[in-house]
Amino acid sequence: MTIEHHAYEVVTHGSDMLRWIPLLPLGGAAVNFLLGTRIQKRFGRAGVAAIACLLPGLSFVLGVRGFFELRALPAAERLLIDHVLPWIHIGGLEADIAFQLDPLSAVMVLVVTGIGTLIHVYSYGYMDEEPAAWRFFALLNLFMFAMLTLVLGDNLLVMFVGWEGVGLCSWALIGFWHGDHTNTTAGNKAFIVNRIGDFGFILGIFLIYWTLESAGGGTVVFRELAGRVADFDGAVIGGVSVITLATLFLFVGATGKSAQIPLHVWLPDAMAGPTPVSALIHAATMVTAGVYMIGRLNFLFSAAPVTMGVVATVGATTALLAATIGLAQNDIKKVLAYSTVSQLGYMFMAMGVGAYTAGIFHLMTHAFFKACLFLGSGSIIHAMHHEQDMRKMGGLRDYMPRTYWTFLIATLAIVGVPGTAGFFSKDEILWRTWLHSPLLWTVGFTGAALTAFYMFRQVFMTFFGECRADHHTVEQLHESSGWMTWPLVILAAGSLGAGYLGVPAALGGANHFEQWLEPVMGHTAHGGHHPLALEYGLMGASVTIAAAGILLAYLIYQRGLFKAETFAAVAAGLPHRLVLNKYYVDEIYAATVIRGTLVLSRLMRWFDQYVIDGAVNGSATVTRLGSWLTGLGDNRIVDGLVNLTADSVHALGGAARRIQTGSINAYLYVIVLVVTAVLFARTW
Amino acid sequence: MLAGLAGISLSHYLVVGALLFSLGFFCVLTRRNSIGVLMGIELILNAANVNYIAFSKYSAGGYDGQVFSVFVIMLAAAEAAIGLAIVLGIYRRFGSIDVADMTTLKG
Repeated sequence: MTIEHHAYEVVTHGSDMLRWIPLLPLGGAAVNFLLGTRIQKRFGRAGVAAIACLLPGLSFVLGVRGFFELRALPAAERLLIDHVLPWIHIGGLEADIAFQLDPLSAVMVLVVTGIGTLIHVYSYGYMDEEPAAWRFFALLNLFMFAMLTLVLGDNLLVMFVGWEGVGLCSWALIGFWHGDHTNTTAGNKAFIVNRIGDFGFILGIFLIYWTLESAGGGTVVFRELAGRVADFDGAVIGGVSVITLATLFLFVGATGKSAQIPLHVWLPDAMAGPTPVSALIHAATMVTAGVYMIGRLNFLFSAAPVTMGVVATVGATTALLAATIGLAQNDIKKVLAYSTVSQLGYMFMAMGVGAYTAGIFHLMTHAFFKACLFLGSGSIIHAMHHEQDMRKMGGLRDYMPRTYWTFLIATLAIVGVPGTAGFFSKDEILWRTWLHSPLLWTVGFTGAALTAFYMFRQVFMTFFGECRADHHTVEQLHESSGWMTWPLVILAAGSLGAGYLGVPAALGGANHFEQWLEPVMGHTAHGGHHPLALEYGLMGASVTIAAAGILLAYLIYQRGLFKAETFAAVAAGLPHRLVLNKYYVDEIYAATVIRGTLVLSRLMRWFDQYVIDGAVNGSATVTRLGSWLTGLGDNRIVDGLVNLTADSVHALGGAARRIQTGSINAYLYVIVLVVTAVLFARTW
Repeated sequence: MLAGLAGISLSHYLVVGALLFSLGFFCVLTRRNSIGVLMGIELILNAANVNYIAFSKYSAGGYDGQVFSVFVIMLAAAEAAIGLAIVLGIYRRFGSIDVADMTTLKG
């Protein structure tokens, strides 16, 4: 399989509209931050929610308009540029605040604004008892702004601004209910782990710029970078080619943002945030930023085969390991969180084998069904009064039919049942992976089986059987309001339908999605040596294994054929314990990185206390001694001299005052005497 | 010029001036009455006037001496006026014009 790039002809078209796509949500955020309390007091939550839903909705409309503008252009010229402001011009570095809309950005913008708006609407229903709704909606809008900046930025630095912005909003929203310490801790964890990734990302940017600068003119603008890949030839640092190093650093950034092993630890904890946040940020959009970034810089990654291998391996490993952890989770959101990590692993696997289009395709379909799943779980949690333990659920099918059906459809999509969106995108990934490396395919294939199992385990535990909630909760169980269920319906429709944008040729489709992204991703040659039978065979295999997973979940959790506990204990003693404890990754970090940091900080504290403070105190002591000596000199010598002068003048005056009798006659006599004496002295 | 004055030389005048000065000086030193002291000072000033006139007559100085003596007379008048005013002030303050009583300048 080869990937050839078009000689990226930079024919661009100006468009002043693009800036408004991120700016509108920013405006919404500003209004709600500044006036939100007053609006909420005056018009209630509906006021702030209206602002917060309307502006991303307008962005969506603009995104659709941009999409049609792009479609009207010839494929090679599909690049709209909106140059807003000059920004950083230092030496050879020219980074402006500029936005670009190309087919890839258009996909991302539509996903972010479309699904984002739905989630905003849903939030109005979900946060119905939230006194600080204005803050929630302001932060959501701010997130939209940052995410749209990320996907629309026309250079690495604008992208980085968005990249940091989404991290900040993620932090603020995870810890939204900051009264609870665990929430803020989870937010901090997400932020810190992301910072580690961001550090890699920025090092990657530096390396790219620096290498190009020494090769005759640095740039960070994407469309210029595309033509400069050849300039990386021969650049080597410490025996490693720069392009490998740079892309690896960028990938570190992607692992942080997109929760790949080993930086995946923050995402499950991020579920502490309100569920719409989990849906928007930690499933549908922000966590896909790493995938988008690799797609955006695919020309660089394609030129670094070592990095590609790492990306594919990390992706596949994550897909499998996260899926195994998902098997043993009982928290409804944690299952979805690990499922998200796992699905992101699939996307990275696709990126790593060069199937960029397939990765982005899965990103899009995943956004639909994962948002739907999260919002569905939110609907359940809302109805269950914030109960998240699936062991206390069950039988909800009868109480919440709309939530049930949409959740089921999204589950079928994530499992990859033929006809659903997930089927097309996941099979595309698996098929491309097979062409690249059957070993990776096996990993992904196993992951697919596990996905089917744990997702249906969730469905059975939540919606089927007897309700295990307490009497009081059951009495109040009811379907959520229309604000929450209609977005679910739309997303479920997307989970069913989005796949038809990219029906592969083997199934008689034209794969519009691939054609659409071709100007960005390059043309993917299909080889043609592979018999269709193989492709059908692989499809059949993955459908079968998914069905097997569903069946097993059915037998265990619905029919009670085996007890899950005995099954786990007998079939997999140690592995089960590993999985249950999430491979002890958090514990390993606690024992190594965190402990190391603590030891280091203790060492630093000791150093601070004894060496630095000692030096400071020592200098203070010396100063004190010096000033004591100076004081002594001052008191005894300088003051002594001054006092001596004064004293002698005083003594002299005491002696002299006796002469002054006050008797005028006496003065006159003295005058006469002196004058006479002077006269005599002269004549004499 | 009066003929009777032909025998009188400069030294005669100077002797008169010296006598006058001595009397005034004695007066200033011995008098305890402030007004007496002032009168002594008047005598001393007039002794100086006599000397001015005498020198003016017996030297080629023109009218310088006479002009000076006019100045001195004027000065004496001013001095007497201010001096008497001071004495009046002193009397009001101390109830006496005896110079021996005025010892507040004592150190």
